[in-house]
Amino acid sequence: MNADDIPGSVDTRVLNYLNRDYSLRSWLSTRDHKRIALLYLATITFFFAIAAVAAALMRIELLTPQGDLVVSDIYNRLFTLHGVLMVWFFLIPSIPAVLGNFVLPLMLGARDVAFPRLNLASWYIFVAGALLALYAIVAGGVDTGWTFYTPYSSTYSNGNVMAMAGGVFIAGFSSIATGLNFIVTIHQLRAPGLTWFRLPLFVWSLYATSLILVLATPVLAITLLLIMLERFLGVGVFDPKLGGDPLLFQHLFWFYSHPAVYIMILPGMGVVSELIACFARKRIFGYRVVAIASLAIAILGFLVWGHHMFVSSQSVYAGVVFSLLSFLVSVPSAIKVFNWTATLHRGSIRFDAPFLYALGFLALFTIGGLTGLFLATLAVDVHLHDTYFVIAHFHYIMVGGMVMAYMGGLHYWWPKITGRIYHDWAARVAAVTIFCGFNLTFFPQFILGYLGMPRRFHIYPPEFQALNVISTIGAGILGIGYLLPLIYLGWSLFRGAKAGANPWGATGLEWTTPSPPPEHNFDVTPVVTTEAYNYPEGTE
Amino acid sequence: MSAFGASIYALIDGALPSASRVSPSFDALFLALLLTCGTVVIGLAVVILIFLVRYRAGSPAPRPPLRIPPWKLETTWITATTLVFLVFFGWGAAIYARMAEVPDGAMMIEIVGRQWMWDARHGDGRREFAELHVPVNQPIRLRLTSEDVIHSFAVPAFRLKNDAVPGKRVDTWFEATKPGRYPIYCDQYCGTKHSEMNGFVVVETAERFAAWQARAGTGSDAATRGRALSVRYGCAGCHSGDTVVRAPRLEGIAGRPVPIENGQIVMADDAYLRDSILLPNQHVAAGYAAVMPSYACVVPEGDLLDLVAYIKSLAQEQPARPAP
Repeated sequence: MNADDIPGSVDTRVLNYLNRDYSLRSWLSTRDHKRIALLYLATITFFFAIAAVAAALMRIELLTPQGDLVVSDIYNRLFTLHGVLMVWFFLIPSIPAVLGNFVLPLMLGARDVAFPRLNLASWYIFVAGALLALYAIVAGGVDTGWTFYTPYSSTYSNGNVMAMAGGVFIAGFSSIATGLNFIVTIHQLRAPGLTWFRLPLFVWSLYATSLILVLATPVLAITLLLIMLERFLGVGVFDPKLGGDPLLFQHLFWFYSHPAVYIMILPGMGVVSELIACFARKRIFGYRVVAIASLAIAILGFLVWGHHMFVSSQSVYAGVVFSLLSFLVSVPSAIKVFNWTATLHRGSIRFDAPFLYALGFLALFTIGGLTGLFLATLAVDVHLHDTYFVIAHFHYIMVGGMVMAYMGGLHYWWPKITGRIYHDWAARVAAVTIFCGFNLTFFPQFILGYLGMPRRFHIYPPEFQALNVISTIGAGILGIGYLLPLIYLGWSLFRGAKAGANPWGATGLEWTTPSPPPEHNFDVTPVVTTEAYNYPEGTE
Repeated sequence: MSAFGASIYALIDGALPSASRVSPSFDALFLALLLTCGTVVIGLAVVILIFLVRYRAGSPAPRPPLRIPPWKLETTWITATTLVFLVFFGWGAAIYARMAEVPDGAMMIEIVGRQWMWDARHGDGRREFAELHVPVNQPIRLRLTSEDVIHSFAVPAFRLKNDAVPGKRVDTWFEATKPGRYPIYCDQYCGTKHSEMNGFVVVETAERFAAWQARAGTGSDAATRGRALSVRYGCAGCHSGDTVVRAPRLEGIAGRPVPIENGQIVMADDAYLRDSILLPNQHVAAGYAAVMPSYACVVPEGDLLDLVAYIKSLAQEQPARPAP
């Protein structure tokens, strides 16, 4: 890992994208994809913190079966706040808008994304939506749950549904713009010689994600608009008392939100492919299969929304079809896990912190994916639907999978982003702490769900207390795990050793430019002559 | 070891009894999934751990190129995964289809969900709140609806769950196999007191159930409540007394064919009676003008059940004068 013998490594005192201009104005008007990535990083970290505090309050409340910390109306607002902020203002933008924005043009050998101004506009739109959502919270909160089910949300809820739905509606346009930008960038701005099957797998996963962002998000926008129409103008769409159909909402909502689940995992899979290839020093086993699996997931993901409605009085035949398609969409995910495992075979494995996060991802995503099979199985879903089993399942995917991958990616590219190295052992301790805390928090919830504890329960029967206490203790450990990176990553900014262009000895164009990269990434447009992950095979 | 297993089983069974006709088949499927997935997780973990140790950087393990062509491995695990998935899909779908098929001879109980209570109405007009008495070994047809938002009627001990959707009446069923008290939850978030919308199914032997019926047999039944409601909602103004000018009489309608305006004949079943209150102009009885106002948004689901029960109670009676 000696930076000096990597071509492209130059003296880091030269101007880079960070030290070029320190003024606030230069940040707020930047069109540099790297600076925009950092704007997103700051924004979503803020929202992650708020949503995490809401989760902490819920976990403390659930220490006892009675409702003693907060009243029901507050508890309902807490889980809505947690869900809405985590999904739309943290998870969906997390890897695409932060790591994707930063790394994608670098990986392609490009000077920026295809539409730099649109990229900045995406961030402003995102912030506008986020501010409206914050207003909804500060002005009294929303108690619908992040799923906004009708007719509760459209007619009965006494929260600020209009403002919250409006915030999500606006933020959606930011997703669409980012997706569009990435698609055009990947098509148009690849360096000479960088053919599709030479692309890093992270690029493939961003491409698949962008397709979903562009195709699914408009449906969410339409759905939220219809809720606002019904709530504000009394137009009957979803409420049967006004002549509407409450299940129509679920169809529309999950037509977006199930693909959105893949927005929240595909980029994570891409990051993990990068991490495993780098730290096993091997080309990803079955590269083409893994690349195409991402697209298969993106396409099949549009056809499974009805598995959220197995007990909603949807027809039995619809249930059978959606169950079958849900099993089929799990095949490409399972294949990826096998391919990552096979990549480790005869590799040359290094246990740096980013790799520990990737291992955590592998374990937790596998458990999350397999418990998804329980829920895809019709008869089993009837019992488990809307219980804590579902909560545990999607947290294993979204937190165990996506957040682990996000943390892994952040640690992997941190030296590239900041030009600094963080304390390696601190990072490893944090990764292990997060892994343990996570399992302690969410594994008991599988059992709770199996025993029948419904989700979104403020007050619960006393027989569920022991498992809830374990879960809350785990959440405490998880919280500490998430605080640690703030400390050592922050510390590295001031005291960390200089990283050099390629501290991990990784392949990929992003490692051929200095850390931090200059404003326009590459002085000379690179020419690609080899496939991705071109590590020497079978040697040390 | 077996004692340990038995005590674990007792613990789980104490927390989640298996008390319905379908629950053993659910449990078998669940266990099969658990064992399969558990094997996969442990197997993968062991393989990964071996790789991590054996192929750590700097280890002496040889790393020759792979002999098997990768496409063979890919095809193998794609096929194997798909086949295993299809088995579980088919197994789950078969049980689900059985859960959807209400057996003949099931006893009908109507369940109305309302923020935040379960309101159960037995066939004989008895009502219960937050409790549901049923006899053991008797299939029960539950007809679920809601007066406001979506609720979900869940009884974990029976592996039973179905949403109660406003504007819809949905049938599901169960057959309890063990006497006892089993929790009912609302599993679909429905507002402030969602977590307090609970109750119990009380499963009793046939004799004790009969005793409960005798004990609880006070208060008015559905038809009597429906008669009072028919006055309150102004139905009686046109549909009873001597006047047949504006509206048909209610006696002797339920369960019989009714000629309607366009020459068709419609069977006056529950759905027809219900629709005739909510959407009176859909099938106007032959010879009458479409003057009845819609009672949608006026009559709540619970009252609707009572009104239909009242009309059905008049099925055997003769109208004072034959309907034109």
